[in-house]
Amino acid sequence: MSEHAAVGKLKQSFSEDVLDIVEFRGETTIVVKKERIVAISTFLRDELGYNFLCDLCGVDYLGTVPRFMVVYNLYNIALKDRLRIKVPVEENDAKIDTVSVVWGTANWHERECWDMLGISFNNHPDLRRILMADDWEGHPLRKDYPLQGPDREPYQGRLQ
Amino acid sequence: MAHNEIMTVNMGPQHPSTHGVLQLILELDGETVVKATPHIGFLHRGVEKLSEHRTYHQTIPLTDRLDYLAPMSNNLGYVLAVEKLLDITDKIPARANTVRVMLAELTRLKSHLVWLATHALDIGAMTVFIYCFREREAIMDIYEKISGARMTSNYFRVGGLSADLPAGITDDIRAFAVAMPDHIEMYEGLLTGNKIWQKRTMGVGCIDAAAAIDIGLTGPALRSSGVDWDLRRDNPYSGYEDYDFEVITRAEGDTFARYKARLDEMRESCKIINQALDKLAPGPILADCPKVCLPPKKDVVNSIEGLIHQFKIITEGFKPEAGEVYQGIEAPKGELGFYLVSDGSAQPYRMKIRPPSFVNLQALPQMVEGSLLADVIAAIGTLDIVLGEIDR
Repeated sequence: MSEHAAVGKLKQSFSEDVLDIVEFRGETTIVVKKERIVAISTFLRDELGYNFLCDLCGVDYLGTVPRFMVVYNLYNIALKDRLRIKVPVEENDAKIDTVSVVWGTANWHERECWDMLGISFNNHPDLRRILMADDWEGHPLRKDYPLQGPDREPYQGRLQ
Repeated sequence: MAHNEIMTVNMGPQHPSTHGVLQLILELDGETVVKATPHIGFLHRGVEKLSEHRTYHQTIPLTDRLDYLAPMSNNLGYVLAVEKLLDITDKIPARANTVRVMLAELTRLKSHLVWLATHALDIGAMTVFIYCFREREAIMDIYEKISGARMTSNYFRVGGLSADLPAGITDDIRAFAVAMPDHIEMYEGLLTGNKIWQKRTMGVGCIDAAAAIDIGLTGPALRSSGVDWDLRRDNPYSGYEDYDFEVITRAEGDTFARYKARLDEMRESCKIINQALDKLAPGPILADCPKVCLPPKKDVVNSIEGLIHQFKIITEGFKPEAGEVYQGIEAPKGELGFYLVSDGSAQPYRMKIRPPSFVNLQALPQMVEGSLLADVIAAIGTLDIVLGEIDR
């Protein structure tokens, strides 16, 4: 069983929604269902003290189902403790509720996640591209997006 | 003249006081800012995408170019994340850790000097600029002697350092760390009691603790709003727990508080550098991990193992086991985080950088809305942003 105090409490309150718990290099990752992310986030902030969202990003696991993971790196300023939440998101329904109502800082992180990976956030106050130009097509950090850019031949190596 | 007419003004991306290529769309009612909308991304180079196609070592030079005013801090955050992924954090030799701490603090001074110089210049105090750049030049010289480059240092390696310190450099660093507090006194003499400076900074760009945490401020900007949190003390790395320094906090949450907090932080950095110099003892600079760290040149030419390791690391890189880690460090501008996902191959499957400037800039609209147009300049300066790491 996991040592992390937050795991037990989260399991108690959201027993149906915790999918997996991973311990790696002393860090705890909790995988939860996407439907309850706002409720879980609010619980983590208000009941367990994870008041600081360090980072939010998406990861594209092309070829697996579900394709995407949205990752929330949380911090508890009082206990100086880190916790990671991951939420699977399917490719054909690449949408998840925004947590910018829970942590205001999520606003720009979610915009970046939309821009780079094409994961959309329901009820987001201002979901526009942030790093790429407004009329850009595609989402560069997807694994099927070529490194050289959309309209370029893939790099064949120097010697060919 | 019609009343309540809102005028939209475009500021940047070619505006000197936006510290790079930041564009702000300001909606003004007279001189009062009604709404500020930052536009970023003009400097986007796709560092995260590039890193997925390079070995772990090949990404270190890319990190130099994030916050280019504090390259060694970026190097440090990245190599610590990779070391955590490889589970070799405990194997880093003491000398490497001490040098890392010393240079990270020197980098903090370097970054804060540019912040103070440009911030003061932006709001009318020209003299400080020249003095700050004089001291920064001394740090650049130290950088050049150590790494060969004035800005893009690329000096830290996964497992330690790329080379040992050159002979005599500790004397230069000591001389600098001893002289620096007097220089800081002089900057304070030029600014702190200056009525114009006080008028331009006190009560400007205020943000309270709850709002600062909600919006994700970190570093001196958060500590100036009364939140006592410093990763060097609270989640220590590279042996910061062995150093004696104070975490500077201020209660006011305005531009003046952030100014005072950063200056006091520079004094603490000098203390840490002096302690690191006292601690510095001869020893190895790379961990004993032959599959990760490049062997010394004499082993490459004299032993078959050395040759093989060198060849393997250069051509293939190393392969951490599949997993994911997040490593945050207290960079000069706030929490710099690297989230690395490994799939067991020699390239990161995903690297996400959490740049402090990106998140801190998000606080700009709420800091300036309702205040005067001129205060926008003060607020940009006090947030200490670098577009290189915002846009990545």
